[in-house]
Amino acid sequence: MVVKGIIKSKVYFDSVSLMRIGSELSSMPGVEDVAMVMGTDENKSILKVSEMLLSEFSDSNGNDLLIGVKADSEEIVEKVLEKMESLLEALQKGDSSTTTFVPKSIDGALKVLPEANLAMISIAGKYAANEARKALNNNLHVMIFSDNVSIEDELSLKKLGKEKGLLVMGPDCGTAIINGVPLAFANRVRKGDIGVVGASGTGMQEVTSLISNFGGGVSQAIGTGGRDVKKEIGGVMFLEGLKALKNDKNTKIITLVSKPPHQDVIDKIALELKGCEKPVVALFLGANKEELSDFPAEICTTLEETAQKSVELSLQLSLARECEFSNEDVLRERGKKSSNQKYIRALFSGGTFCDETGILLRDSLTDLYGNHSGKSILPLENLLKSQKHTLIDLGEDDFTVGRPHPMIDFSLRNKRIIQEASDPECSVIILDVVLGYGAHPAPDAELVPIITKALSINPNLTVISYVVGTDADPQNRKQVISALQNAGSLIVSSNRAAALFALEIVK
Amino acid sequence: MSIDNLFSGSIQVVNLGLSSFLDALKESNTPHVQVDWKPGLDVDPSLISKFDKNRDIVDKANKEATDIIASGSPFLTGMAQAFEVIPGMHKKLILHAGPPITWDRMCGPMKGAIIGALIYENLASNPEEAEKLASSGEIEYSPCHEHNSVGPMAGIISYSMPVFIVKNKTFGNETYCTQNEGLGKVLRYGAFSEEVVNRLRWMETTLYPTLKKAVEFLGEIDLKALISQALHMGDEVHNRNRAGTSLFYRVIAPAIVRTSENREDAAKALEFIHGNDHFFLNLSMPASKAILDAARGIKNSSIVVVMARNGTDFGIQIAGDSKKWYTGKALVPDALFFPGFTKNDANPDIGDSAITETAGLGGFAIAASPAIVQFVGGNASDALNYTMEMYEITASESRYFQIPSLNFRGTPTAIDIRKVVEKNITPFIDTGVAHKEPGVGQVGAGVLRAPSEPFQKGYVGFASLLDE
Repeated sequence: MVVKGIIKSKVYFDSVSLMRIGSELSSMPGVEDVAMVMGTDENKSILKVSEMLLSEFSDSNGNDLLIGVKADSEEIVEKVLEKMESLLEALQKGDSSTTTFVPKSIDGALKVLPEANLAMISIAGKYAANEARKALNNNLHVMIFSDNVSIEDELSLKKLGKEKGLLVMGPDCGTAIINGVPLAFANRVRKGDIGVVGASGTGMQEVTSLISNFGGGVSQAIGTGGRDVKKEIGGVMFLEGLKALKNDKNTKIITLVSKPPHQDVIDKIALELKGCEKPVVALFLGANKEELSDFPAEICTTLEETAQKSVELSLQLSLARECEFSNEDVLRERGKKSSNQKYIRALFSGGTFCDETGILLRDSLTDLYGNHSGKSILPLENLLKSQKHTLIDLGEDDFTVGRPHPMIDFSLRNKRIIQEASDPECSVIILDVVLGYGAHPAPDAELVPIITKALSINPNLTVISYVVGTDADPQNRKQVISALQNAGSLIVSSNRAAALFALEIVK
Repeated sequence: MSIDNLFSGSIQVVNLGLSSFLDALKESNTPHVQVDWKPGLDVDPSLISKFDKNRDIVDKANKEATDIIASGSPFLTGMAQAFEVIPGMHKKLILHAGPPITWDRMCGPMKGAIIGALIYENLASNPEEAEKLASSGEIEYSPCHEHNSVGPMAGIISYSMPVFIVKNKTFGNETYCTQNEGLGKVLRYGAFSEEVVNRLRWMETTLYPTLKKAVEFLGEIDLKALISQALHMGDEVHNRNRAGTSLFYRVIAPAIVRTSENREDAAKALEFIHGNDHFFLNLSMPASKAILDAARGIKNSSIVVVMARNGTDFGIQIAGDSKKWYTGKALVPDALFFPGFTKNDANPDIGDSAITETAGLGGFAIAASPAIVQFVGGNASDALNYTMEMYEITASESRYFQIPSLNFRGTPTAIDIRKVVEKNITPFIDTGVAHKEPGVGQVGAGVLRAPSEPFQKGYVGFASLLDE
């Protein structure tokens, strides 16, 4: 054990800095203790207690820095002193790095941004309702991305929002565009006069992107969350959104996107639309068109048609759109197939696409299986193994527990693509590729090697992809399309076109 | 508010959760702020909705409480011996820091300080006798806070000890605190050697009469004014009282010179104050308490009026429920230790001095005290962040106590127990650290977070007083 005392004269350091440096030096290997104090009488009495008042210090005063080191060897003492010098030097230089305060709560955030008018909430569902309530009580409009919020909480939040004149988008609202700003999973679309209210996130992404790609533009896109149009919630926010679009001077066309609302809600919407001077386009995906014959809107049956109708009304023109795949394309793909290669395998990251594809295929195909079972779609025996024609929504809870959404994390779908390609019965693979904020920053980088591999496993396979998004999205639609094309995928521009193309090939 | 307003203006976003959602906001130059959110403390969700239902009632009561706190005006108005002024004081009563505690559960420093006090009061002639008496059941123990008093560290106040009298002139309530003994081996850190007891006797026979006459001569000293000036001079009046002590010295020195009959006594008294950077702590504490006590008993107010530790438990009291203590285990501070000592030597948090934080000073005002920010990690910006964070859990900002580096923003004042629990942010406290064995004294200084348990219990207890 070496004990060494050193005096640095005519310096001053405050005691707290010295304690901090002393404790850092004490933690060096081989060091038992380091005492650093200014040589005042009071400090010397402290040193005495801890038996560090060394004989070397007898001739010191308050202008001296006393350094006492107890360590295993002279060498270590030297190291300690070296380090001490650099720490003291750093101390004198100061540290100008500034950290800015990050608020911990909504009311804390409002002190930083007092003009805030919207809260986006994507924390775990069990906490989301509470925070949303605080936001509403602070007069903030709310978008709740979180799911797993109870229906009771949803209803009470929406009632509170309605009472206060505030939007409550969600829970489970994935997409909105307010004043041109894409929120959560949304695309950068052209500004325009088409206002959208939607109870379906990916449906709204497809409709708003197609509107933009068709030359139209969006004023607002208000998401409500899928449950809003069910009986329990009664369409509270769907109706509030609709009213707001009726009043909005920048909105000339109103477009509604939802799964079929409960009949009560349909009636309320119809009532709200009575006397509406703005043209209304409505898609209640999967609803029977005949049953809606009295509904005061232009009824559409697909996302693509909805976008097209909206743009035609907005621009006052008729979009002459040709079929995206020719007969030759169909015959060429058909010609490649072996005799038992006859099934479609559609692997979706967006739930609405899965539903729409089912609706488009169910009348023409039997043996349709999937995890969104229902009318003419049979439940899969094993979610991990496709049967005949299979439509899978990989965004369902069965697949997302413990991992990010498939729009962000491609690994599960990538594996599944290879699995389908290796199945001799698989003829066509359909893929949705969703761009925009919130989605994977480079989906082409994920998919190109997988599609290449799939086609090398089975050269007779047909891969049909469509890219949901715009050229203004961070991922750039054009670039993604050309990368997928180069990898051997066929490209169409909508979910509908993909379904119909696949159908023609396997029919 | 209406949706039409939203559409006709521009959006400004508060984002709770996924920070990736900020990308689109940044690219479109949309003003936004990210919230560093975490779940609240674990309490029954039905209580949260009960609080939510009573939000306006509690807010209103808290407004009343914060107005009272804001208009408090503590003055040093005199001095006396404990038995003359402290309610309920008797020869065998020992007041201590923190919530109520029995002898067997007391920590080392508190036991040591009691031993010292019994010797000082001539109730025992040596430590063994004192310890026997202390544990015999003959001595009554009671929290300072239940006798309008506060004490730093062990916080021991016995029958004969001289105390400052601090009066909140707006509301007329008084508080009491002993004279600060200085650093090193002192009673409040549990030391009880002859040196300690002799110093106490000198403080009673020389310092006290000298000071008392000087205070009488001055009539009163405005402590609120001294504290606000001290904050501008680098104190937070808990762990750093150098400026406050100097300011007090400037006020008291001429009065001592004028009133002392003995030049040597006057010089000794002034030297003693000069040599003890913490002298002012025993004035900032009763001043804080005088301000807060006026807000006790306001029905439905969720403002915390006491945070205090006895070295074993950490206790709080709430304005709307102010007879009751809510307690939890006291924690060991994160500290910088004097040479030769480590965290293993440290006693859990002790003392009534967290009354300063309760009043918006101390750790809540640490941004005003760059000289001690190294206790919190070294950077001045860390201290700023700690003070900023305390605004999250307070109901008001002081009108008098200001932070120069925050453009003279008032300090975060009046802890709202709802915010502590619902945001899971516990108060930030500056503190000295006592050795866990009696008789050793101070071994370091540092900071710590109040434990969450007393606040959780307080939240539950307070909720039971609210209407369904």
